[in-house]
Amino acid sequence: MFTLTVRHLTLLSALILLSGCSNFSPWVKPYERQNLADPIMSFDRDPVSVRYINHVYEAREAARGAEGSSGGGCGCN
Amino acid sequence: MAAIKARVAAIKAGVAVTNVLEKIGRWLALLSLPATLQAAVLPEDRVDILYHSFDGGGVTIDGPSVLVRKNIANTVSVYGNYYVDMVSSASIDVEATASPYSEERAEVSAGLDYLHDKTIMSLSYTRSEEDDYEAQTVGFGISQDFFGDLTTVGLGFSLGSDTVKSNADSSFEDQADHRRYSLSLTQILTENLIANLSVETVVDEGYLNNPYRSVRYLDSNSGVGYSYEKELYPRTRNSDAAAIRALYYLPYRASLRAEFRTFSDSWGISADAAELRYTHPFAERWMLELKYRFYDQTQADFYSDLFAFSEATNFRARDKELSSFTTQTLGIGVSYEFRAGFLSMFDKSTVNLYWDHMQFDYDNFRDVTQSGFAPGEEPSYRFDADVIRFFLSFWY
Amino acid sequence: MNTRLRLSTLSLTLLLSLCLSLPVAATTISGPAPDFTLKSNSGKNLRLADLRGEVVMINFWASWCGPCRQEMPELNKLHKRYKRAGFTVFGVNVENDSSEANQMLEKIPVDFPVLYDTRSEVSKLYNVDAMPTTVLVDRDGNLRYLHRGYKPGYEDIYRQQVKTLIRE
Repeated sequence: MFTLTVRHLTLLSALILLSGCSNFSPWVKPYERQNLADPIMSFDRDPVSVRYINHVYEAREAARGAEGSSGGGCGCN
Repeated sequence: MAAIKARVAAIKAGVAVTNVLEKIGRWLALLSLPATLQAAVLPEDRVDILYHSFDGGGVTIDGPSVLVRKNIANTVSVYGNYYVDMVSSASIDVEATASPYSEERAEVSAGLDYLHDKTIMSLSYTRSEEDDYEAQTVGFGISQDFFGDLTTVGLGFSLGSDTVKSNADSSFEDQADHRRYSLSLTQILTENLIANLSVETVVDEGYLNNPYRSVRYLDSNSGVGYSYEKELYPRTRNSDAAAIRALYYLPYRASLRAEFRTFSDSWGISADAAELRYTHPFAERWMLELKYRFYDQTQADFYSDLFAFSEATNFRARDKELSSFTTQTLGIGVSYEFRAGFLSMFDKSTVNLYWDHMQFDYDNFRDVTQSGFAPGEEPSYRFDADVIRFFLSFWY
Repeated sequence: MNTRLRLSTLSLTLLLSLCLSLPVAATTISGPAPDFTLKSNSGKNLRLADLRGEVVMINFWASWCGPCRQEMPELNKLHKRYKRAGFTVFGVNVENDSSEANQMLEKIPVDFPVLYDTRSEVSKLYNVDAMPTTVLVDRDGNLRYLHRGYKPGYEDIYRQQVKTLIRE
């Protein structure tokens, strides 16, 4: 059975650290994010609709969790 | 007894909330740095009016969902949602053991997102009410952008407290508490590819079943060969889910989305879901979406369609949602964006219609409404459902 | 579970805090402004060095960037107000395909020249690491101020800095 352990979280943080922190140069520049800013590249384009369909799945099926996400988009400001 | 339980639950909740607030406090201390910095972006201001409908297996549930979201001073985004389920049920569970019923569930939620530099802190409150069930949930979330805004890490925690009653037995009342812990990592991989990894643990405690449902057991004394008795569930349930999803921008203006999710819990249920979605804008203002989703789950340890005798096991369930089954969904969606200036008070407005056709195929839940079969030999139950989402969205 | 979660959240917090490389939103910069020539919306090629003697505000923007769209009318006001005193705004559009940008300009027209950096050469030259990015160049062609991103209220800072540079 999969459990969220300290090990998993530390590994995740280590992976993040591995990319390097200071003097970081993003491989996708802010001015190259045109496609990512398109609404069709959003995981959650219409939240009211996403909330409902996830509710239907959770009500009819035994599985729950890990449905959402954040990030991406234009990265402006 | 119930009062003491309630007090213990309240103390536990208070401790949990204090712990989380402590952690958030530590986060804030570390992140309160001098000068304005590059920042993440708050969600857009919008109003959505949705009509939803689920129709299948003798159940019809429909109703509205209205969501309003507004930005204040570019640092806070608040939202409110009003949702209603109007249930009209003559489902297989109902047909087998009870009479058709209709009921209404209303849910109100409100929340805010606070933007500070590259961090977004979220708070939400939800309250759901129907005549035999009351649920309240409080949620906290924090998300941080870094590495040139290519990576977003999010942490979430929510605490839910439910009161379960029974229309059939006015003396019945019990509690159920839920805690959810989630971690999310979103990474921009290329100009055209973004991926997300999410994990979530849910811990439930208390009365986790349904006061109306029953299990059946072989009973030679009964005319049909079986009898019913109340179900009995464990009072705890721990589950873990992990999902990975990716969105890819095709060489022409369209996107492909793939998602895979795995789940397992302490009741012995393992489930997997896979989904593929294709979104294609065309003719300047239209958008088409096609979806296929597959879901498969194994049964709970204490599930059985037909027990050997009364009180055969410590825990017993005959809820088809805990049986071994698969669902397949085929969905199609169409969106139309009105021309600019169509409604002067809104920057942008769209009308959308999504139709999902779901096929539920149970391996070991039998259709007792089919007559002429020996107990346990009835055909496996299956049904199709149509899920409709029709909504208008306005950006301002 | 509770102690484990506490430990993991604390370790994650500490690790993440170490990772935060934080450029500031508004900075003073120095050095000669890299010269460039780009096609403009008037059809002519415009070169930065040709504006030596004037204060230039180079604004990097895109049609898909919300804050950029918010900022445009403010920049237009600045341009109209200080043009006679020797000030120009160069709106450098960073998109590979200019059609969306031109569509946006029809809805939000501006008086200052819009230049098309379709090959991202100037964006790279100026190390653009945020959208939008605004750079102020003085009358001698030197870099003076840099702004990353845009939030309502920034235009007041721009005005202050433009006035300072004009008076030099």
